[in-house]
Amino acid sequence: MKGLLQHRKLRAPCGIIGGICASFNKGNAVISTPSLLHAEGLTSIRSERTLFSGVSFTLGRGELLHVEGPNGAGKSTLLRMLAGLFSDYQGAIKWLDGQAATSEEVRRQTLFLGHKAGIKAELSALENLAWQQQLDGVQANAWDLLEQIGLLGLEDIPAQQLSAGQQRRIALTRLWYSPALVWLLDEPFTALDRQGIQLLEQRMQEHLSTGGGIIMTSHQRLSVPAATILLGAEVMNYD
Amino acid sequence: MTRGYRSQLAALLKRDLKVALRRRSDVINPLLFLFMVISLFPVAIGPGPDILARIAPGVIWVAALLASLLGLERLFRDDYQDGTLEQLVLLPCPLPLAVLAKILVHWLLTGLPLVLIAPLLALLLNLPLSALPVLLITLLLGTPVLSAVGAVGAALTVSLQRGGAVLSLLVLPLFIPLLIFATAAVESAVFGAPVFGQLLLLASFSILTLTLTPFAVAAAVKVSVN
Amino acid sequence: MWRWLHPYAKGEATYQLLGRWLPWVTALALLSLTVGLVWGLAFGPADYQQGDSYRIIYIHVPAAIFSMGAYAGMAIMAFIALVWQIRTAEWSIAAIAPVGAVLTFIALFTGAAWGKPMWGTWWVWDARLTSELILLFLYAGVMALYYAFEDARTGAKAAGILALVGVVNLPIIHFSVEWWNTLHQGATITKFAKPSMATEMLWPLLISLLAFALMTAAFVMLRLRHEILRHELHRPWVREELLNPKSASADINSQQEQS
Repeated sequence: MKGLLQHRKLRAPCGIIGGICASFNKGNAVISTPSLLHAEGLTSIRSERTLFSGVSFTLGRGELLHVEGPNGAGKSTLLRMLAGLFSDYQGAIKWLDGQAATSEEVRRQTLFLGHKAGIKAELSALENLAWQQQLDGVQANAWDLLEQIGLLGLEDIPAQQLSAGQQRRIALTRLWYSPALVWLLDEPFTALDRQGIQLLEQRMQEHLSTGGGIIMTSHQRLSVPAATILLGAEVMNYD
Repeated sequence: MTRGYRSQLAALLKRDLKVALRRRSDVINPLLFLFMVISLFPVAIGPGPDILARIAPGVIWVAALLASLLGLERLFRDDYQDGTLEQLVLLPCPLPLAVLAKILVHWLLTGLPLVLIAPLLALLLNLPLSALPVLLITLLLGTPVLSAVGAVGAALTVSLQRGGAVLSLLVLPLFIPLLIFATAAVESAVFGAPVFGQLLLLASFSILTLTLTPFAVAAAVKVSVN
Repeated sequence: MWRWLHPYAKGEATYQLLGRWLPWVTALALLSLTVGLVWGLAFGPADYQQGDSYRIIYIHVPAAIFSMGAYAGMAIMAFIALVWQIRTAEWSIAAIAPVGAVLTFIALFTGAAWGKPMWGTWWVWDARLTSELILLFLYAGVMALYYAFEDARTGAKAAGILALVGVVNLPIIHFSVEWWNTLHQGATITKFAKPSMATEMLWPLLISLLAFALMTAAFVMLRLRHEILRHELHRPWVREELLNPKSASADINSQQEQS
């Protein structure tokens, strides 16, 4: 794995192309603490088209990075790259002291929530929580969680009969019990109502204040202070 | 560490079985299909008991193969669509292990019921009673191979809109050795020839497949999730 | 070794290299094909048992051997593509598969044509014919999968995994089919023991083998060149290459000399 990473680095003369700007202003970074995640010169080419190139940033403890850009700029791709779901890129991603995204320790310390909710439509909220917790190796009181996320009273209904926002809430419950340090959230506000958004922003704030880090995409304006990674003002071809 | 994996795998198994039980028709339909395919043969070929006994091992095995293809498309499809497949990839436990749990679920839902109704099928096709135990052993050893090799194809085609046709195209040639080993053993049993060696051959093929395929399935899942 | 190979992970370098070799390989292939086939089909001695019909061996055997050889080559490329993520290796899967499939088809077709006078039937479920047929299925699967995806890269990787699964399976398939065939030995077919070949027959056969190897290589190189162009269409070098092929390759040469 290590060799692979180095090899990729070798193949990354992407800074030279330097087409799309990747601006990043250091927000409320605490400089002395070690970084959670460091990315350098990330370049993604999908279907012969450069999505973005030369994207570099560092995620420190207590930091929130907001990935912004128009549709098709590669925001989801960037998050999936960081999570280790998408390996077709150039550049280097170093997690917690230089580990690869696929190492077991990193897997334990990160939580990725994608576009798709990741819950089973045939199962109820309670059952979905049960298997999620078992997979995450966590034991928490499911009823407390349901209350916090506002699903009390709906716990026995199969998820397919719930609304999209309610399904999204089941998926987001993971954020309330997961021990993971870094959250990678792809459009977490989708389908949530105003109260849900508020709830989630509160939880994010809590996570940051305990030294966690978040990288997220969203078209919403965040009330939580965040630094921005801007992808692709325009979609470009080679050179 | 390994205990952690075990509870995760148990959770996966439990979840998938629960989901499957909520969709009972998915479990029952392949079995009905199997039944119908088998009843087509006497109608098409003629009801002579000798002919039926002669072709019974082959017919049962071909029907089993087709029946397992029916459920195969679903193996990763739902997980892919609702996003649980990418969560599976992100689990700390090794992906081949998690995939093995999925294969086991598929076997429990398609392979095992098939073994259970095999005596009935053997009866319908007039298979000599003496060959029945051998048929059951070949099914027990062989149906996990169907699930495992099928899982490779299912994982490769899961992200395709209409993957079903491609899936059969990929998987059926890979089933041929299994078909040969299994039917040869049952045929030998029908003729009263010794079968122990052939069963051993089948068993070793089965073990080899079950050890190697999870890695191929894991690689395929990663490509599909991309 | 890596330093030497690395440039060819890039489409352009491979394209130019193949361009330089292709004429030579093609010329040699044509030459050896003419020599081998004319010698074998027209001037070689007739078989004492099979008469002239044995002569199809000069097409059948090389096609069969290189149908398997092409599969092995494809599997090696698939391995390289999956482990080191080298794109030219991915494209060569697509370049090799149809060539291999056609060779397999030729082997099957000539086998059937040979079977008619020898065995009295076009098709027998002979062990070799059966495994060759399964090989054709495997090629079909790889090609179907390669082109089934919208994202070409995903398709290439998926096809690569299938090619590797297939290559592990091939010996098992071959063995099982051979075993199955001895179990179900048909009554009408008896395989005569082949006497060792006379040298006058062996030489043309060897030359045909060489010819088929070169021909396979030439077709694969040609297809790989097209595949590279197809995938790198957006790159400036392709535009330059298509508009003004001479100067582009001269540029590359001078660049290499400088570096």
